[in-house]
Amino acid sequence: MATNLKVNGQTRRTTAKPDTPLLYVLRNDLQLNGAKFGCGLAQCGACTVLLNGKAIRSCQTPISTIGNGEITTIEGIGSLATPHPVQQAFIEEQAAQCGYCTNGMIMAAKDLLDRNLRPSETDVREALAGNLCRCGTHNRIVRAVLRAAKVMGRT
Amino acid sequence: MNAPILNRRKFTKGLGGIVLAFSLGPSELLAQGAPQPQLPGSLNNNRMLDAWIRIASNGSATVFTGKVELGQGILTALSQIAAEELDLPLSRVKMISGDTGQTPNEGQTAGSQSIENSGTALRLAGAEVRAILLELAEKRLGVTPDKMTVNDGMISGPDGRYVSYGLLASTANLKREATAKVPPKLPADYKIVGKSIPRHDIPAKVTGGAAFVQDMRPLGMLHGRVVRPPRYGSTLVSVDDAAVKVTPGVVAVVRDGSFLGVIAEREEIAVGAREALAKNAKWNLGPELPDPDRIFEHLKSLPSRDQVIGVKEGMLLAGGRMFQSTYTRPYTAHASIGPSCALAEFRDGKLSVWTHSQGVFPLRAELAKALKMPAASIHCIHVEGSGCYGHNGADDVALDAALLARATPGKPVRLQWMRDDEFAWEPYGPAMAMQVKAALDPEGRIYNWQYELWSNSHSTRPESTSGTNVLAAWYLAEPQQMGPPTSPPQPAGGGDRNAIPLYDFANQKVTHHFVQDMPIRASALRTLGAYANVFTIESFMDELANAIAADPIAFRLAHLKDARARAVIEKAAAMANWKPGQQGDGSRGRGIGFARYKNLQTYVAVVATVEVDRATGRVRVPQVWAATDAGLVINPDGLTNQIEGGIIQSTSWTLYEEVQFDKSGILSRDWSRYPILTMPDVPKVTVELLNRQNERPLGAGEASQGPTAAAIANAFAHATGKRIRSLPMNAQQVKISLR
Ligand code: FES
Ligand code: FES
Repeated sequence: MATNLKVNGQTRRTTAKPDTPLLYVLRNDLQLNGAKFGCGLAQCGACTVLLNGKAIRSCQTPISTIGNGEITTIEGIGSLATPHPVQQAFIEEQAAQCGYCTNGMIMAAKDLLDRNLRPSETDVREALAGNLCRCGTHNRIVRAVLRAAKVMGRT
Repeated sequence: MNAPILNRRKFTKGLGGIVLAFSLGPSELLAQGAPQPQLPGSLNNNRMLDAWIRIASNGSATVFTGKVELGQGILTALSQIAAEELDLPLSRVKMISGDTGQTPNEGQTAGSQSIENSGTALRLAGAEVRAILLELAEKRLGVTPDKMTVNDGMISGPDGRYVSYGLLASTANLKREATAKVPPKLPADYKIVGKSIPRHDIPAKVTGGAAFVQDMRPLGMLHGRVVRPPRYGSTLVSVDDAAVKVTPGVVAVVRDGSFLGVIAEREEIAVGAREALAKNAKWNLGPELPDPDRIFEHLKSLPSRDQVIGVKEGMLLAGGRMFQSTYTRPYTAHASIGPSCALAEFRDGKLSVWTHSQGVFPLRAELAKALKMPAASIHCIHVEGSGCYGHNGADDVALDAALLARATPGKPVRLQWMRDDEFAWEPYGPAMAMQVKAALDPEGRIYNWQYELWSNSHSTRPESTSGTNVLAAWYLAEPQQMGPPTSPPQPAGGGDRNAIPLYDFANQKVTHHFVQDMPIRASALRTLGAYANVFTIESFMDELANAIAADPIAFRLAHLKDARARAVIEKAAAMANWKPGQQGDGSRGRGIGFARYKNLQTYVAVVATVEVDRATGRVRVPQVWAATDAGLVINPDGLTNQIEGGIIQSTSWTLYEEVQFDKSGILSRDWSRYPILTMPDVPKVTVELLNRQNERPLGAGEASQGPTAAAIANAFAHATGKRIRSLPMNAQQVKISLR
């Protein structure tokens, strides 16, 4: 009853039951910290990862539905040594307080910027409308995404 | 931040290495009859230098603080203070925080006190440690300390000879009581303090590093979940757990009276087992909740302890104009984005708990009571969690995890609450009612001000009262009770925080009706009562100004002598390009709100604009300007982030937030019944800091919320000519007020 998942470019095998939400497999089996449990109800965005480049809520995505899809987590887009421009921009703008929502914000932003390298501020706010932040870091997050867009547009 | 421990070796080492032999604390010293001069900040209760700072042979410093990182950037700010006084680069200062085995006991990280308490201790301890090292350098350099210079932990004499902190470290005796007599640096000489040093914790948080207690997963770790009753005070009659117990992957069902939980090998199995248990549990329901439509009448009808906290008696005039209004604010949730979480392990009769509690020492005391074990056998270690904004489920989940881990000795259990556990069981910021009356003299000055407020306790935290103040303890087979709720005294206050206006009125009386009975669980939410009191005072100031057609800013300044208060109000007005006499247009307007937090901390004045959609009743806040005076600024960007965050959170509280309940129980169990502000509606926020180098630095995490609520309410009144006195200003309230 094993399932193969393509995560950050590698095939990973899990014996979790097919109806297991992807989030638990990522966090516990694959030891990836990025995606967070926030609500388990697809309401907050803390668990966001990319499936074939599109932002999805891993808390409500059973592993059986993923098939051959490519999953990308925040660990897969960059690292401390070589951060992705969005990650770098979050550091430069100091766009976190507690940082619990940050994973979801960055992954939703990556989805947006991969489709639209010249987003307006309104585009960014709309794209992140489903990601909740409780600390009030929103404006820094928007600045970070716009900063990343500029950098990514240049390269 | 204590980075989560991820591998087995370090994990067990951490467990075995509990260092309980520690520098003497104040109680031991007292027992020895030593005289106790008052020391500043947290030095007073943690008097030994090496409790705060140790220097290693490589010249690096380890700095200990009882305060913990909650996303407010405190560890970065405290490291700046320590590095500054020690003349060390930040890279050679390592912070250890919130660990009952290692750090000073500084109680709770709450009330915007960390910079004042821990910061003061580190500033003085740092200066003293540096002086001790310089004294030791005398022999080697042959000159007195005043001829030495220190750079990056290297002490040099005028002839070029030098010696490093590292070389002197082994002979430096820091096991001594601080004197607090070595003067710290003058602000003019600061190189690190006052700079926007980037937060130490952010890089890991944006790259999927292990940053939170939720990210800990030591080898062999099991997953726990709890099944809570349908509502407060219910008792578990029976639970049919036969099917759950034989579910593959389920390790144990744990029941102790009405506490029910499950341990499983995998997280999703624990989650599924929790659901199955909940379905098969029979409860004797606890008392009904009050009628939500009559909650304020209900609170006022309960017995109260009345405290008159601010009286001024001047000359009473006859023949003024009297005004009166009543305001309310609803139960408000902390609503952390990540539900509370803890990791616990029993091993050899000792308990270790990794927790995002705001106070590891108070938590340890509660765990000791609840588990009936000696505090010395419990080790609580702070690891970050999702932002908490006060007393959320952090302490409760720690006891839950410990109760489960007790059933599987030698195996750590991680337990994260589910969304509904957090929403339905966290202690809310209590509902409050405020009534204010004032009289204006013929010149339009307020000469009499009568203020009353009704509120439950704003602190039922661990160790805030007698009894046992952690949730599960009340549901055990041998239930323990919470002590009678208390209210912190003035000047900081609890429900009455900021109830005394900073304005100069000839006559005033402020009465706090402290209601002890809690129909709905309540405790500390960021600002305690200040949010509602500032909302009320500042709304009413506008009502009075309006009554005599005075400009709200001029009216405030006419009643305010405090120069720093005047300066932030004038600054905010200038930032917003405030024009006296400007009229609202029916849907757009602007308003001001001001307070000095606790009447003794940071000054904030806020100007907000609103846009009211009269058809839908929806209010938007497009722009907020804030002027802030937090005394000497340690980290300008960190301070700005706190003020900004407070403004945005308060905008959310003010426009949308209210815990929904009915007689059957709490109805806000997920985000659909507790909507908060989202990205498209977040105001633009402009913050200016008035840096006052020669004033003591003040905490600011709670300074902007009250003024923001008032500014929004005043802007709404300015826009529409109608005033909303019952929060939140949601569509329903707006429609009622515009009717
Ligand atoms: S945790 Fe998945 S959306 Fe909230
Ligand atoms: S930074 Fe804390 S929830 Fe967004």
